[in-house]
Amino acid sequence: MPITSTSKFAYIECDPDRCVGCQLCEYACSFAKTGEYNSYRSRIRTVRVDEVLITAIACRTCENAPCVIVCPRDALTQDPLTGLIDVNPTKCDGCAWCIEACDFGAISINPATTLAEICDQCKDDPEGPQCVRWCPKEALTLTTADQRAQRTRKKLIVESMDIPTKATDPK
Amino acid sequence: MYGYSGKILHIDLKTRKSWVETKPEDWYKLWIGGVSMASRLLWENIDPGCDPYDDGNPICFANGIFTGTPVPVGGKFGLASKSPQTGFIGDSLSGSWFSIALKRAGWDGMVLHNSCSTWTHLFIDDDRVQFNDASYLLGKGTYATEEAIRNKLGDDQIRSCTIGPCGENLVRYANVTNDGRQAGRTGHGAVWGNKKLKAVSVRGTHGVKVFDPKTLNQLSFDISKTAQGKDTEKYRVYGTSTGLMNTNKMGILPTRNFQEGVFEYAEQVSGEYLDKHHKVKVIACAQCPIACEQMSMVKTGPFAGAMTGIEYESLFANSSNLGISDMRAAIKLVTISDQDGMDSISMGVSIGFAMECFERGVLTEADFACPSHPEGFSLRFGDGDSAVKLAEMIRDREGIGDLLAEGVRIASKTIDEQKGSESYKWALHIKGLEPAGYDARSLKTFAAGLAVGTRGGCHNRSAAYDPDMKGETNRFTVDETRGKVAADTEEYAAVYDTLPLCKFIRRSFTGKADRAGAWPAIAKLINATTGWDFDYDAVDLIGVRATTIKKAFNIREGWTQADDHLPWRWKHDPFTHGPSAGVVVSDEELEYMKKLYYQAKGWNEEGLIPKDLLIKLGMPDVAEAIGV
Repeated sequence: MPITSTSKFAYIECDPDRCVGCQLCEYACSFAKTGEYNSYRSRIRTVRVDEVLITAIACRTCENAPCVIVCPRDALTQDPLTGLIDVNPTKCDGCAWCIEACDFGAISINPATTLAEICDQCKDDPEGPQCVRWCPKEALTLTTADQRAQRTRKKLIVESMDIPTKATDPK
Repeated sequence: MYGYSGKILHIDLKTRKSWVETKPEDWYKLWIGGVSMASRLLWENIDPGCDPYDDGNPICFANGIFTGTPVPVGGKFGLASKSPQTGFIGDSLSGSWFSIALKRAGWDGMVLHNSCSTWTHLFIDDDRVQFNDASYLLGKGTYATEEAIRNKLGDDQIRSCTIGPCGENLVRYANVTNDGRQAGRTGHGAVWGNKKLKAVSVRGTHGVKVFDPKTLNQLSFDISKTAQGKDTEKYRVYGTSTGLMNTNKMGILPTRNFQEGVFEYAEQVSGEYLDKHHKVKVIACAQCPIACEQMSMVKTGPFAGAMTGIEYESLFANSSNLGISDMRAAIKLVTISDQDGMDSISMGVSIGFAMECFERGVLTEADFACPSHPEGFSLRFGDGDSAVKLAEMIRDREGIGDLLAEGVRIASKTIDEQKGSESYKWALHIKGLEPAGYDARSLKTFAAGLAVGTRGGCHNRSAAYDPDMKGETNRFTVDETRGKVAADTEEYAAVYDTLPLCKFIRRSFTGKADRAGAWPAIAKLINATTGWDFDYDAVDLIGVRATTIKKAFNIREGWTQADDHLPWRWKHDPFTHGPSAGVVVSDEELEYMKKLYYQAKGWNEEGLIPKDLLIKLGMPDVAEAIGV
């Protein structure tokens, strides 16, 4: 079976045009998951290159997820309905092969437990993903494949039609 | 203790020894963080009368109380040394990751003693201190230095304070820069350069624990959402540069070295013009939901590719103040100051001073001759190309750039001694620090605030332009309320600079920026972070203590009333046109307001601080040293 980096599942994505690099998503995430404020414990990470290229990245719930396939101890499993990756702490030994395999750099090793940590979209939280809730610029969204397609279609028409319109922002 | 680790890291740059000082919780309740704590650390760690370029002048860092928590705009730190520009206290603030990394490494503050024998990059890796050779970083700009360090050490999470070539060359108004933000004003970069300290990096991997995380989280969440509203709109959409059309309209926009207050080409250098033609991206400091930094780029002409964040102060100093109407030259100038590491206000005002010297025939083309420009060049107001040449000469201390790198005060004195000229009449500085972009001739309360300001001509420490510009006071006249207004606005600003919180959040607590609107909300944040029981009065005292310790420092350094002065031009040389024409601040008005200010602060006639007041504020050792 081919390894792909596409997803039919929902995932948290960041609009780089809106992201300002404030890192509040990292605060929200690390607090939700550990009770502490610490970027090193965040499952979403902001990236900044050359001062102005800014975005944030969390698990993209790939189909046939490479991290799952590569795990030598079968510690990682993927939920067939949601695409979320589960890390079994009794099997994981922190070998970091999943990190190597991830095309998005979305996995990290928890420095305290030395085990892998992956975004679970705050699935047990009725408020939904805390990073999305906190993002002051609404750059983060939890989107399904369908929603992403809808937005692409809208963007396409706005960009291709030279008609004055208020709909300049497909969001 | 919550919100703090209780630990200050001391490092001796000469012996390479380091030690930990623990401070009791009561000490933190007095000094909180930021400007106040950094100033207090300086007070404790320097001998009186120490030369700013002596080994005994320490570098003092102080984190914020909210640094590393989700409290919006709380990711800032204070930096203090004795200033080579003023000879008095040099206290600066800078935002973003560095402070957060330092806090996560477990340090509330840091004091660097002595000097390095060779160029050094200091690396604090949680609780390990490492001295690295910095020769591979020499000559690199500020951002390039940070990147080179991250690449060399191989971790993007390493955050650095650096100096650029200006700091290496001891430009007296060089900055310390971190994460694209500047600890500006008063010449910290020169202090670092003098110590051969090129950069300080921190990697902090621990979490920050607070007393009541649930409450703090909710408060922070609500504020960060409110901060997307109309109260921060001007910062978010245009940034601070949007103020330029307003100061121009009021006739207080410094133009051609403060000769006039209205710039005929203001629209071409306005925040709105910048937004339309040059904006690339808006970015934020870490921990900030507002995001005000308007990254702007030159796209055409000889300066194409220059890019930096443009603020109002950088903009006025390098456009209207130099008579420059070409935004591209202004962006290039600010890019030089930011990337090469010098204060954009002091640089712009120094170039403006030189331009006026040239226009009045005090300096000639030949005076600008140097190896890079053997023929010299003319330096007329409005000539962006020549201004850029001079900025580079200042950075490299080449030709007359060597003199202008000393700042307006020393440059003017030297020129007058050499040429018998009267350039002091157009040398704009207060205590040696070049003033910011609000001409104070017709902002009389602000004029008083600047004159008495402990770090010189600084708009960040005296916020008295606010009531003047809003019409809460009559800006053209003086009355008996001005001392109190100047003291109140200074202490108000000092609360923000000490927590520190960026002042752009001030209206986002309740919609009202005054004490009644903000202090109760800030008290709640402090209590949720630390478990203390701060109230309105306790928050208010933060600003009183901060201004007092800074003043005490200056008194110990030999301050007298004569040091609370204004530039000659503001006292004798009114604008010829515009809404603020014909107005100056007379000596009588200035002396009157100074007296009122000392009175409002509870100080004596000479501006010295009574012993019992210092004891009441919890500073018995300060009372012992300088109280009267």
